[in-house]
Amino acid sequence: MYAVVAAKQLSEAVFRMDILAPEIARKRKAGQFVILKIDEKGERIPLTIVDSDPVRGTITIIYQVVGKTTAAMSALKEGDAFQDVQGPLGNPTEIEVFGHAVCVGGGVGVGVIYPITKALKEKGNRVTSIIGARTKDLIILESEMRAASDELVVCTDDGSYGFNGFVSAVLQQIIDRGEKIDHVFAIGPVPMMRVIANLTRPYAIPTTVSLNPIMVDATGMCGACRVEVGGKTKFTCVDGPEFDGHQVNFDLLASRLRMYCEEEKQSYEKHRCGWNGN
Amino acid sequence: METEPKKEKKEKVPRQKMPEQAPQERIANFNEVPLGYSPETAILEAKRCIQCKKPGCIEGCPVDVRIPEFIKRIAEGDFLGAARKLKETNGLPAVCGRVCPQEDQCEKFCILGKKGEPVAIGRLERFAADYERDTNQVVVPEKPAPNGKKIAVVGAGPSGLTIAGDLVKLGYEVTIFEALHKAGGVLVYGIPEFRLPKAIVEAEVDYLRGLGVKIVLNALVGRIKTVDELFEEGYDAVYLAVGAGAPVFMNIPGENLNGIYSANEYLTRSNLMKAYRFPEYDTPIVRGKNVAVVGGGNVAMDSVRTALRLGADNAYIIYRRSETEMPARIEEVHHAREEGVQFKLLTNPVEYLGDKDGWVTGIRCLRMELGEPDASGRRSPVPVVGSEFVIDVDTVVVAVGTMANPIVPSTTPGLETNRWGYIVTKGESGETTRKGVYAGGDIVTGSATVILAMGAGRKAAQAIDAYLSGKK
Repeated sequence: MYAVVAAKQLSEAVFRMDILAPEIARKRKAGQFVILKIDEKGERIPLTIVDSDPVRGTITIIYQVVGKTTAAMSALKEGDAFQDVQGPLGNPTEIEVFGHAVCVGGGVGVGVIYPITKALKEKGNRVTSIIGARTKDLIILESEMRAASDELVVCTDDGSYGFNGFVSAVLQQIIDRGEKIDHVFAIGPVPMMRVIANLTRPYAIPTTVSLNPIMVDATGMCGACRVEVGGKTKFTCVDGPEFDGHQVNFDLLASRLRMYCEEEKQSYEKHRCGWNGN
Repeated sequence: METEPKKEKKEKVPRQKMPEQAPQERIANFNEVPLGYSPETAILEAKRCIQCKKPGCIEGCPVDVRIPEFIKRIAEGDFLGAARKLKETNGLPAVCGRVCPQEDQCEKFCILGKKGEPVAIGRLERFAADYERDTNQVVVPEKPAPNGKKIAVVGAGPSGLTIAGDLVKLGYEVTIFEALHKAGGVLVYGIPEFRLPKAIVEAEVDYLRGLGVKIVLNALVGRIKTVDELFEEGYDAVYLAVGAGAPVFMNIPGENLNGIYSANEYLTRSNLMKAYRFPEYDTPIVRGKNVAVVGGGNVAMDSVRTALRLGADNAYIIYRRSETEMPARIEEVHHAREEGVQFKLLTNPVEYLGDKDGWVTGIRCLRMELGEPDASGRRSPVPVVGSEFVIDVDTVVVAVGTMANPIVPSTTPGLETNRWGYIVTKGESGETTRKGVYAGGDIVTGSATVILAMGAGRKAAQAIDAYLSGKK
């Protein structure tokens, strides 16, 4: 069992959790993820490791409530436990001295880009970060991202906080003012990553994205997480999760992410009915 | 033989049939299909064995089960004695009695098979193991004095479980590292409940735990720790039994459409994650009405029979050769056919067709004819020009094989692999190019059977024991 050491609500639907998993906490690197399984009947779901405390032996995850499992997780309190936490999984981010790196994070994707931002900064890069969400209340990790970046721009779609508009508009401005960008990391919803990749392509700015397809075993055994990169099929769990954004087939990724829409609804409804005592 | 009246008399008892769930009934549930022998039937069948002085059956067994000896005990009504005789050389008899290809191993060499039908060795093995377990008479043997040496086993599938059992009985401290959340490997994620109930695997794993084997779950070696780190932690030898888990796809257009699964994913969802009980269990699976499974092996049969149980109206096997070349066990093909599986033989998919939402709707296929035998000895399929046609489907399972999982080899310097990524070993000992590192099972041979993986575990146990006790 893997105990929940701390649980906190960050915004309306976004939660943060520290889980006791000492070996993973010691071993994990930026860009890696875990598979969580809440109990015997639970689904295996992948989540990026946002941070870890090797001394306390904890890993930190941030997740948005979207379906049954994440809803059930949001009800877990300190002292509750996950039956299974498997990790660290996936290849760590290749942190190099790029020069000027721009980290773009959208929604809960900020949780994924934060450890990368921190690692890039520690490696000696100049880091500009752009984070965004639909509205002010949904912005997460602002102070952490500020601390990990030389410059941080916050965007909201509705203008309730920071720059009024999409993260891509800010990136475009940086490019337009002639600033040299050596590498872009973009992590967030599929449409956001697609827009950023399309934006940087004509300027030939290397762009890394982190993909979040449906996974089951996450050890290269099942092939559920297959994505198309450069016209070739890749398994996100062993070949990724990070890929060259200019080569990713985002249409296919979006389509495969919709595969279980109906079932997810059914499962979530049943779960909610359970809450109401039905 | 006819001149010996005693033996002729024995021949008169026919091979005892296995009672089974009726096809119409069983396609509506995931319960085991063969129901097992009754004690009376088991004795009747066991008495057919003529107790050969030079038994060929043992030579056909990769783990050297003392077949005539255990069968003799059943014939005498000593079922527990039979079970214990089995366990001397086979750590997983209840599993082997169900999934071993006996017709190609022990039973193939049975002398009775020359003129009639061989003794049902597999069914008797299952009977004895089930009897011991069902009557709660499993006894954990006394543990030997610890010899102070530690072995790490990577992977809790048939090979890893076997070597762990053998080494712990020799006094080694054995720890198995398993990537998934449940021990058993292909026995829990791959083979369906209707062919191998998971409770049986759990009982076997519990037995090993009782012997003192430690099993660390959720531990993917190569990521959480490398083989080098295992040695740094004080392990004296490492056995790699990680399987050939990576699914093979055919690389034809449309293969990543929604509704197209690898057999590994389809079976993992259904077996390990219990998706057939969704939404009671959280993991979903597509319950297609028209399901095609591509391939002709046991995994293909498991997948297509799963599809039927998930509610398919039409479940097809698409196989590019004829039934003669099918690698699946005859019994599995027979079961599938009884259940209504439709066989599209000499048929090869060339493209998947999809709708605007990205879901598979059909498979464009070519008819094939058979040419000369290929490297595997089977006749090669050759496309018939202009024979294209479409099979309408909403779900596809690709079961055309697996390849080596790259994680351990890629994180273990000095571990030699061949051009397909399988670990290279010296002969049957399982010795690899890294000192103290042994390997066996599918990661050495490519996808094979449970029993061959177990045999590799047994041989490697002897080799590791020889290596660590300085006998070599």
